Amino acid sequence: MADPILRLENLNKHFGGVHAVKDITFSLEQGELAGLIGPNGAGKTTVFNLITGVYSPDAGSIVFKGEDIASRKTYEVVSRGVARTFQNLRLFPRSTALENVMTACQQHFRYNFFEALTHMGRWRNNEKSIKKMSLDLLERVGLLEVAEQAAGTLPYGHQRRLEIARALALQPELLLLDEPAAGMNPEEVHVLNGLILNIHRDFNLTTLVIEHHMEVIMEICPHIICMNFGEKIAEGDPEHIQNNPEILKAYLGEEVEE
Amino acid sequence: MSGYLEGIIILICINSIAAMGVSLLTGFTGIFTLGHAGYMAIGAYTAAILTVRHHVPWLVAVLAAGTLAMVIAYLIGVPTLKLMGDYFAIASIGLGETIRLILENWQSFTRGARGFPGIANYTTLPVAAAFFLGMLILMRFLINGNYGRAFKACRDDFVAASLLGFKTAHYRVLSLAISGFYCGIAGGLMAGFLTYLQPIMFDMQKSTELTAVVVFGGLGSLSGSIIGTAVLGIVTEVFRPISQYRMLIYGAIMVIIMVARPEGIMGQHEIGPKLLRSLFSRKTVNEVDGTHG
Repeated sequence: MADPILRLENLNKHFGGVHAVKDITFSLEQGELAGLIGPNGAGKTTVFNLITGVYSPDAGSIVFKGEDIASRKTYEVVSRGVARTFQNLRLFPRSTALENVMTACQQHFRYNFFEALTHMGRWRNNEKSIKKMSLDLLERVGLLEVAEQAAGTLPYGHQRRLEIARALALQPELLLLDEPAAGMNPEEVHVLNGLILNIHRDFNLTTLVIEHHMEVIMEICPHIICMNFGEKIAEGDPEHIQNNPEILKAYLGEEVEE
Repeated sequence: MSGYLEGIIILICINSIAAMGVSLLTGFTGIFTLGHAGYMAIGAYTAAILTVRHHVPWLVAVLAAGTLAMVIAYLIGVPTLKLMGDYFAIASIGLGETIRLILENWQSFTRGARGFPGIANYTTLPVAAAFFLGMLILMRFLINGNYGRAFKACRDDFVAASLLGFKTAHYRVLSLAISGFYCGIAGGLMAGFLTYLQPIMFDMQKSTELTAVVVFGGLGSLSGSIIGTAVLGIVTEVFRPISQYRMLIYGAIMVIIMVARPEGIMGQHEIGPKLLRSLFSRKTVNEVDGTHG
């Protein structure tokens, strides 16, 4: 079997006295669509922050495409092909939807400072390419009609999809989605599932999804990792996870009782 | 045109150039500064010393003034822009005052508080207007493109910006350096307009004024910064006969703007075809809302 695209090994992170991530080890194969689940405060988002270089781990390694990126800066990780969305949206609210995506697209169509200052040289063609690619992505997530609206004024579900479009604009190989269905109703979740599956296939991605909505994870992720109190407590396919007593106790059990 | 009116226009052109620099830093990159008069002072004294003592042609001297201010801004920016939010604003007060105090106390080089006389009057109206227009076009071009989007990304959310692959520290320092260049050029032109310099001209009040016009013009609007500068310049002249009450009038105008237009005179809009279009489309949106209601 080929080397995994992403491998976390004995990853640890403390915040003061809190052991937020404890000896986490798992790996993702090229092209996998995996889910990361766990109760609130289990350390899922911290794992994302460690992978993307927002935090640096206290111990352990993060190997992406054969290279240890654990001590890399955020922008270095991104330039290697990792993109993510955020649990609490982090769009540029005053810019239009189009500008939000263009801000990410411009990484692929570069021109230098003097071309930017004079609008000569590659400026015209590259700006055109940036705009075209951004509009294509907006169309892909169904936001073409609101391209010129300020991102902050869009409905919540649209903002979530805009974040996905912006992350895709980086042309990543690994896409990390942090609770993409948060705050969505069942129909919206259903549409989102379709979107995630489609982009995962069409953009040749390896995708890792954090989610509380079990219908998202169980439906679309063949590979699930479950965390609680910073530790990995189970890993496997949906069936394995659903029948694991440890998880029922830690997480699913509480939901079933309701 | 009378010399008096000409003088007012030249002054507004010069101050607008400085305000454009502050607008880039504060309005588009989100870094508040209360010390940019310091970079104007560096520019003014550089141009003055180069033209008077070393007989450098004035155009070269003005460009050198901008360049030196830019280099100093860059050197200051590398260590200090690690400070986020209000902390940089506070540090910038100290930095601006430090520059002024150095100029005041380096007697052998700047003549200190006695002032620096005898500068040639090279900033005529065509010169000031040409610099104003040229630098306005360059700044608009810069903002309308990849650098502009990067600056705005750093302003709106620097974590998201870095996760889109931007070296945010790099863009913050670059923004400060460019704003230093604009203020340096403005200072160099100021030297050739006033023909006499004193360090006290570039005190904290001048710094506050630069940031104030940018805020009241509208953060994130270049035209707003220029309108703000023009309004302030005209108010200063109109009320010159009762100049002892000038600060009172300033204060009143700022309160009025704050109440009437909390997002600044222009908000985030620029004067141009796009504004007309957005005004028009806003009207249609309201109409649509009306039918819904």
